[in-house]
Amino acid sequence: MRAAIVAIVLLVLAACGSPAAGPSAERSLVLATTTSTQDSGLLDDLLPAFTAATGWAVKPVAVGSGQAIEMGRRGEADVLLVHSPAAEEDYVAEGTAGRRLLVMHNDFVLLGPEADPAGVRGATVSEAMRRIAAAGAVFVSRGDDSGTHAREKSLWEKAGVAPGAPWYQETGQGMGATLRVAAEKAGYTLSDRSTYLTQPGGLALLVEGDPGLFNVYHVIEVTKRAGERVQPEAAAAFADWITGPDAQRRIGEFGREEYGQPLFVPDAGEPDPTGP
Amino acid sequence: MDVLLDGVAQAFSLLFSGDAETWAITLLTLRVSLGATLVAALVGVPLGAAIALGSFPGRRVLLAAANTGMGLPPVVVGLVVTVLLWRSGPLGGLGLLYTPTAMVIAQAVIATPVVVALVAAALQQVDPEFLVQMQGLGATRVRALLALGAEARLPLLAAAMAAFGAVVSEVGAAQMVGGNIAGQTRVLTTAAVLATSRGEFGLAIAFGLVLLLLAFAVNLVVTLAGQR
Repeated sequence: MRAAIVAIVLLVLAACGSPAAGPSAERSLVLATTTSTQDSGLLDDLLPAFTAATGWAVKPVAVGSGQAIEMGRRGEADVLLVHSPAAEEDYVAEGTAGRRLLVMHNDFVLLGPEADPAGVRGATVSEAMRRIAAAGAVFVSRGDDSGTHAREKSLWEKAGVAPGAPWYQETGQGMGATLRVAAEKAGYTLSDRSTYLTQPGGLALLVEGDPGLFNVYHVIEVTKRAGERVQPEAAAAFADWITGPDAQRRIGEFGREEYGQPLFVPDAGEPDPTGP
Repeated sequence: MDVLLDGVAQAFSLLFSGDAETWAITLLTLRVSLGATLVAALVGVPLGAAIALGSFPGRRVLLAAANTGMGLPPVVVGLVVTVLLWRSGPLGGLGLLYTPTAMVIAQAVIATPVVVALVAAALQQVDPEFLVQMQGLGATRVRALLALGAEARLPLLAAAMAAFGAVVSEVGAAQMVGGNIAGQTRVLTTAAVLATSRGEFGLAIAFGLVLLLLAFAVNLVVTLAGQR
């Protein structure tokens, strides 16, 4: 018994003894962002450079755009990097947000089985979605209020289709998981191009290049109006840095070597396609 | 099949090539899990002993509550702890959300009912006359309780191991309150989830194997010590 106690105490001391790794609490900011920026590896590339440049450590919390905006609304995050323009505009209009700046874009692509049972290859995205519905072909949706899901819903609306069971299926998961479900079920799905490129899952790229598929990312500052503990100076530091020359260059280079094309296109300072 | 074999190979290369990130994640997993197990033991052993040995009103209700608590859904625990630790929540001033401390808190909440229920069960197994006899032999109450603990040491160790097993393999609450932040709050389970969502299945399996090895190593140490 005594030996057991000694062993356990030693283990616990070994475990607790080392002070918490990571930077001190007062110089860290919470970045609420989307799973696409984390799953593509972009954050791993950008955040260390930001910390080196400004001294701010970052706690990136990767959730869907919907949840990220909700975190901003509650003042749980200091700054957001999201891609759900309609929801972002609603959030900014509520008056608790600070600046909202264009950072980068990529695009959405419509994927499906190589055999393309609904015959959507090369169609416009609205026509493609009508054909999928008419054929009753399986369409796998994220169903998680993410930016991609929001875009998908607006595309159904524009196509004049009300998707429903049994052919319309929601995973409630991130893009990577949803791609795999779609591949296993030989279904169609909408994905951002970066996730599709970083983890091809046996699906063919059927529709791309339609203006309705443009995917823009904005950085949004949270202000003290959303909560007392928000750090506006941290938000400003991040927004200034990610729209600045170093970050924009990194974004433009990211993935170019590995995938033959950049995963994101830097856009800071360009006219905003979703309005001011 | 390739993915599984690849995962095994990757697990060993991560561990034995001394990959710093993997070791840091493993160490943090150990710290959080042992910390939570320790807190659960400090709270749960006296509570379990009181339930097993005491006679007070509400004893059976408490026991039923502890037994129910063994099945506490970690996601719910994670959600409640998150809401409490929010900047706008009652404990927001502490700035604990997305830190290892928050993870220890959530994991301890998950593990404590396990310890209470198993300790109570273990001590109820011991002959009810044991304490009386010990005190009859002139032992103080504290000495009698220590002797009882020695008598029931294997089930007590089993309770600690069950608590450790519950927290080391937990992912829902760890993800919510920790945020899976690289270098700060990423543990083996959340690293495996992230690798999966990135499509790096071999790496995800590798993290799973490292987790298994870690759990085995801890249990081996405790078992060897306990069986002596």
